[in-house]
Amino acid sequence: MIRFATSHEYARKEGDRFRVGITPFASEQLGDVVYVELPKVGRAYVAGEEFGVVESVKAVSSLYMPVAGTVVEVNDPVVQDPGLLNTDPMDRGWMVVIESADPSAFDALLTEDAYQAEIASH
Amino acid sequence: MPELLEPVILGQGAPGRRGVVIPEAAVPAPPLSAVLPAAMLRREAPALPQQSELEIVRHYLRLSQLNHAIDKGFYPLGSCTMKYNPKVNEWAARLDGLANIHPYQPESQLQGALEIMYDLQQWLCAITGLERCSLQPAAGAHGELTGILMIKAYHQHRGDARRTRVLVPDSAHGTNPATAAVAGFEVVTVASDSRGLVDLADLKTKLDDRVAALMLTNPNTLGLFEEDILEIQEAVHAAGGLLYYDGANFNAILGTVRPGDMGFDVVHLNLHKTFSTPHGGGGPGSGPVVVGKALEPFLPVPIVARDASGNYRLDADRPLTIGRVKAFFGNFGMHVRAYAYILAHGADGLAQVSRDAVLNANYLKAQLKEPFEMPHAQPCMHEFVMSGSRQKAKGCNTLLLGKRLIDYGIHPPTIYFPLIVPEAMMIEPTETESKETLDRFVSAMRSIAREVEETPAVVQQAPHTTPIKRVDEVLAARKPVLRWRA
Amino acid sequence: MTYAYLPHTPADRAAMLDTIGVPSMDALLDHIPKALREVRLDLPRPHAEAEIQQRLARLAARNVSTSQQASFLGAGVGHRYRPAAVDQVASRSEFYTAYTPYQPEVSQGTLQAIFEFQSMICELTGMDVANASMYDGSTAVAEAALMAVRVTGRPRVLVCGSVHPEYEAVTRTYGQGPGLRIDSLPARSDLTDVAAATAALTPDTAALIVQVPGVLGTVADLSGLAEAVHAAGALLVVVADPVALGVLEAPGRWGADLVVGEAQGLGNAMSLGGPHVGFMSCREAHIRQLPGRICGMSVDAEGRPCFTLTLQTREQHIRREKAASNICTNQALNALFATIHLALLGPEGLREVATTSALRAHHLAERLIALPGCRLANPDSAFLNEFVLTLPIPAATVRDALLPMGVLAGLPLDTWWPERTHDLLIAVTEMNGAEDLEALVSGLTAVVTAQGGQRPQEALHA
Repeated sequence: MIRFATSHEYARKEGDRFRVGITPFASEQLGDVVYVELPKVGRAYVAGEEFGVVESVKAVSSLYMPVAGTVVEVNDPVVQDPGLLNTDPMDRGWMVVIESADPSAFDALLTEDAYQAEIASH
Repeated sequence: MPELLEPVILGQGAPGRRGVVIPEAAVPAPPLSAVLPAAMLRREAPALPQQSELEIVRHYLRLSQLNHAIDKGFYPLGSCTMKYNPKVNEWAARLDGLANIHPYQPESQLQGALEIMYDLQQWLCAITGLERCSLQPAAGAHGELTGILMIKAYHQHRGDARRTRVLVPDSAHGTNPATAAVAGFEVVTVASDSRGLVDLADLKTKLDDRVAALMLTNPNTLGLFEEDILEIQEAVHAAGGLLYYDGANFNAILGTVRPGDMGFDVVHLNLHKTFSTPHGGGGPGSGPVVVGKALEPFLPVPIVARDASGNYRLDADRPLTIGRVKAFFGNFGMHVRAYAYILAHGADGLAQVSRDAVLNANYLKAQLKEPFEMPHAQPCMHEFVMSGSRQKAKGCNTLLLGKRLIDYGIHPPTIYFPLIVPEAMMIEPTETESKETLDRFVSAMRSIAREVEETPAVVQQAPHTTPIKRVDEVLAARKPVLRWRA
Repeated sequence: MTYAYLPHTPADRAAMLDTIGVPSMDALLDHIPKALREVRLDLPRPHAEAEIQQRLARLAARNVSTSQQASFLGAGVGHRYRPAAVDQVASRSEFYTAYTPYQPEVSQGTLQAIFEFQSMICELTGMDVANASMYDGSTAVAEAALMAVRVTGRPRVLVCGSVHPEYEAVTRTYGQGPGLRIDSLPARSDLTDVAAATAALTPDTAALIVQVPGVLGTVADLSGLAEAVHAAGALLVVVADPVALGVLEAPGRWGADLVVGEAQGLGNAMSLGGPHVGFMSCREAHIRQLPGRICGMSVDAEGRPCFTLTLQTREQHIRREKAASNICTNQALNALFATIHLALLGPEGLREVATTSALRAHHLAERLIALPGCRLANPDSAFLNEFVLTLPIPAATVRDALLPMGVLAGLPLDTWWPERTHDLLIAVTEMNGAEDLEALVSGLTAVVTAQGGQRPQEALHA
């Protein structure tokens, strides 16, 4: 199951964990991603808190945590090769896995259809 | 595989070759290995080039030829004031008595230099309509930091600890918010209205007793004069805040309008823009600050003073000073150039400078209204911002228009700034360009607009005439190679 | 009056106004409140170029330049030889009338020169990366302190006594912004006492800043310092003289995390203290926190290697209030002077400059301490080309007495520390030949002999 934040992050539910990344729409808007800064394992966040940045050559975008939780896994390959965010943001371009204390917040995020409608309105 | 146009000089040459001979010590003394701690002695020599003087001269001369420069052609780079850099300034800065002087020489040996600095301080006070000047800041952003730290000290001195915010318009240069943040303030953005000017209503909602200052560029980065400046200054001062003038666009009002009369409390000037000192490929600059009465006690030390007998001295006895912002007295070599520039013009000449700068910008604007989009109809000051959005719709964005301009021998304008105009092209011709040069620019821009319609591929693949083609900036950022390695 | 830099004739202006469609220049300025436009500036009349030259030549002649005397002034500004080729080539106006190289296709000259500067700085300092330059040594130190605070997230900076007092002063000014705690480490002379420095490290210390050679010329054995600083979780910031690095070990080799300093001594005029050129180099791990412009290598659309400014998202024009620093301008032209100078010197030349200066300094020191009442202030310290001589009479008196003899004897240390009245900081470079050394020795001999040659202790306690 997958849900989306209006700030263009997605959260994919995997048991009691969530895999977080940015949507293809976000990475297209950004252009070629050249740098990704992600948190360390163990860092805890509230929902909506900035957890990292992605950069293109001439722009910086903050990443916001869609669901509150603690980082349990970080995708090092995407740090090494930020181009993954352009080529495969939904799969190999995931960013962190979090363990959430409040999984119910997940349900409050946008469904795929609602997110598509949201970006279409821009 | 194509190679670098000119090899990196490190690693070039052969052991034993050299470009300069150093005098021998010619004194009896023990070797360094006997007098220095062994752990601190260098074990491996740095891999510097080993070439003769001629080889090195050719290398750098060839590099110079890869640059565009004011002395080579038009450089209408908005917000940068790429005016002519007079040669007599360069001559003056290299005089033995001005170049080969040391900041710790006794004042008795530096009277000529101190007089130049003193006069320049006085002249900049006259030009800005303010009270006291420090020449110490090394560049514009450095002047900003100096000014904002003085504002911080002012509020602290008054025991007013609540003022933690600095207001910055959304059209401001990036240095403004960056400076306020480095100085420990929270940055609050003020919106622009449909005229491209500060939105007074928005400003007023943000003015309260937490505001330390408003930073303003006037004319702003759209090249538009903030017509409401007197009302703005009243509102800011009434709220207990101070007004910071970013002198980036001072060339527009030089000798014509003074920040002090507009109510500003502190100004920084860019000698490398308004006062013709060369940009040097990115520096050195020089960013003197000039202040009114409120901020005078907080000026950095030392400043140059003149005593009753006409002797010049360095005054460091200022108890409320924010301290030093730079070692010594600032970029003196730039002070000399600015001094020569002001001498060449006098009051009438400086006024003519800004009037011609404004005339040139309006002349270009009038002729580029078609075929480009001009978001602000009113007269501009020394620069204007137009949009390449019509051309973008045809597949040639502003970046490409700029690159194509290079093929016409002209440097691209500033692009994608200010952020509030889509596909922005910011054009600042300066007063030193002749009507003929401006006409050539207009015809180049019109010709490019036609190419967008008729042969867009020519624009899309530009530039065609440069020593290298478009650079892969993504690669540069993803896999940074920032130095030569053996 | 016409002006050489303003090309318009009255006819040009009239034609242009006509094109714009306004009746007069004033019509273009009508939107400026009228009260603001009535300005009379009190400035000199316009001068013709011949008059400007005369006036500046006369002002220059009122200064006594270092080429007119035997100068032993150093203290952070080097009276160094500047090969003629440096100024000749760096003064090409393709270099100095260019802007910051934001358009790489027409800026490869400036960009490659910056890349070579960065590379040479890394070679000298033993660090991974360097930026395109800072305003000067003092602001490079201040920015290094701020950078260490960002990297470690700690608020305190420890400044050793070996650091130039003006560099420390600038660091304190910068520190007012984010509210840093800056503590000076009391030092034995200006030597860095590794044990004392280690003891002063606290869990909230972001950086220890040490200068090599120290501001008073001494070269301390800093073995073990980096290990102690790192064990405390702080960064070691080393302020280094790039000329001295011709003979001194690269600080990167002994554990520095940031190496910064002033490169004026490489090809740049003293120019009363500016424009000079600061440099800043660091470990690869910290590059995202490095302030200022950085040039990198890439390829163009045809696969040709070339240069461009890169990692610009750190900078103020993109990150605005979240930028690593507010710095915009660098000292590109001064960095170019330094780069060409280093190219001319090569590894051997650089070593020779440092060696010649140091050997002459040691020779001079030997002769000066033979004078009645004169001794080294730090007799147990190693030094390179600069040392402190303690005199039997006030140093400022000595300095002033030698001026008419054509000798600029050095810096009286009461300039910085009022209590050090009898200490004179003397710098010797490759510019001080046998004649200069002789002039200082004989001048000083005359002055101290005339004063009766009291012992310095007696003088100090008189």
